[in-house]
Amino acid sequence: MIVRISDDALARALGADELAQAFADNGHEVQRTSSWGMHWLEPLVEIDGNGFGPATLEDVDAILDGSTEKAIGRIEGHPFIARQQRLTFARAGKTRPTSLEDYEATGGWAGLRRARQIGGAQIVEEVTASGLRGRGGAGFPAGIKWRTVANTPSEQKYIVCNADEGDSGTFADRMVMEGDPYALIEGMAIAGEAVGASQGYIYVRSEYPDSIRKLSEALALCAALIHPFKCEVRVGAGAYVCGEETSLLNSLEGKRGEVRAKPPLPAIEGLFGKPTVVNNVLTLAAVPHILAEGGSAEYGALGIERSKGTMPIQLAGNIKHGGLFEAAFGITLKELIYDIGGGTESGRPVKAVQVGGPLGAYLHPDQFDIRFDYEAYTAADALIGHGGIVVFDDTADMGHMARFAMEFCAAESCGKCTPCRIGAVRGVEIIDRIRAGGRPADPVESQPVMHNAPKSGRLPEQEIALLTDLCETMKYGSLCALGGFTPYPVMSALRNWPEDFMPGQEGAVRKVLDRGEV
Amino acid sequence: MSTKELRIGEIVGRHKGREGPLMPILHDVQAELGCVDAESEALIAKALNLSRADVHGVVSFYHDFHSKPDPRPEVQLCRAEACQARGVEALVPAAEKAAGERVKLTTIYCLGLCSAGPSARVGDRLYARLDAKGLTQVIEAAQ
Repeated sequence: MIVRISDDALARALGADELAQAFADNGHEVQRTSSWGMHWLEPLVEIDGNGFGPATLEDVDAILDGSTEKAIGRIEGHPFIARQQRLTFARAGKTRPTSLEDYEATGGWAGLRRARQIGGAQIVEEVTASGLRGRGGAGFPAGIKWRTVANTPSEQKYIVCNADEGDSGTFADRMVMEGDPYALIEGMAIAGEAVGASQGYIYVRSEYPDSIRKLSEALALCAALIHPFKCEVRVGAGAYVCGEETSLLNSLEGKRGEVRAKPPLPAIEGLFGKPTVVNNVLTLAAVPHILAEGGSAEYGALGIERSKGTMPIQLAGNIKHGGLFEAAFGITLKELIYDIGGGTESGRPVKAVQVGGPLGAYLHPDQFDIRFDYEAYTAADALIGHGGIVVFDDTADMGHMARFAMEFCAAESCGKCTPCRIGAVRGVEIIDRIRAGGRPADPVESQPVMHNAPKSGRLPEQEIALLTDLCETMKYGSLCALGGFTPYPVMSALRNWPEDFMPGQEGAVRKVLDRGEV
Repeated sequence: MSTKELRIGEIVGRHKGREGPLMPILHDVQAELGCVDAESEALIAKALNLSRADVHGVVSFYHDFHSKPDPRPEVQLCRAEACQARGVEALVPAAEKAAGERVKLTTIYCLGLCSAGPSARVGDRLYARLDAKGLTQVIEAAQ
């Protein structure tokens, strides 16, 4: 009997290796596949298309003799899978990640073969027509970026894959790298073909040891297939800010991961000053499908308005059915959290949802009708980011979460620009003072000699006005999204849950915010 | 030549032909020598024709590089938003107690196991869906 168990990092963290060994010890052939993305069922055991999970060592005998209560029926028919439109994750759960045979058998390399026939200009044309936008967060049209690089003359150009997926609540990049590494590599080779670049780098964060191992293995196995394109893995070193494209380029060059001012755009002066395509894992992994026969039109027909194609959405945090849900743009948060995610795992009411990682806004249940779409989120003062959704139940203290956002920014700031480097530290202090009831009069400032210093303390309302001001400065004055977007979680928490900042005085908070100083 | 010089010379030689060799070199030095101290910085700077300040700037920027060796086993606990939503903060006091002086308990922002937190990492081994008991076991078993 063939037993299929994922060897994704999440499944392994939950004991998939030991489980696989137990089935092997029972004399069965075990195949290690990618993960289906139904994380609450991991480790998920698949036998003849039927699933059993979450499985433990104690379940092995019962699974084999059919008496287990953990059977979930046909995996492909499971509502969580059946409701999805999987393009980027078409192979999830179905193939052995580094098997060239499995990749080829599921349509692998067709995009690259076709790309080589149609040539650079036509590739850029098709990627543009598909409407594919950067999946890293900014949502910049991939085709336009590629065209800029293609049109910039240079002896040497680079394709850089941003695999520094540091946002909490996101794991889609990790699942691609560990589950379907050839799709990413093929996407990079196609990008190389499109713009005339022969060297690629995949910058993976050091927190993903499994991704590093799988990608390195895959690159060694497919080197001849992607030739003359060359590609290698580079490992980050624990700096969140290196997920920002220019700081990532500095890091690749062997420098401090400080953000660069733009312009020049990396597409014109990127890695080592050469024209460089920097795209996220999901963007590049979507490319082979787009380049396959008819793929561009199919991709472009999905989604709504200017958000085309599918988005791999990651359901995380306190959610009953967490995992990877790839769907066309346009789905609402309500559907995602309640219908698909099953509400909170703790069973308590949902209090808040953070969309888009640590820099994304906290959305209130009143806003759950918002559709997944770049423009709709921008209009709601929120962002899709990398598509991570973190659910919090009613025990969450949103004042603490706002403080954490500032604290995180202070810890991870690269230090290059002042609003982020100093603003984040001051932000933590201000939130602490708001929660402590304001700032008492300062004994030194109260001295008669301190002519210009205020002689009284500050009320919490005044501190809120100060925080609002600070957030505005950070939003408009920071060089990159770290300082620029930290105000989103802070201000959205303040606006939606003022009671967590000044208990019993929500009216006072709202009054300050309504004065238009936001 | 000291052993350190030899070992760093060997590591630099492994990566010198690559584009942007400094990060791969620092990773190997950290892994093989347990830290990147001032002496190592000077040796790497000399080999790559960089200033010591350049190398020190890079070493001090990244969380993964340390200037002093720490022989204790390290347990990295994810305390980012998704793990907080799943209750990691409540586990911290007991984890600190279990770690004591023997284990270095550090905070990490995100292991990408966000639908199955709280999660932790020891070396290249990951653990998810931890409760107080599970985390204590991980810490006690860390070598």
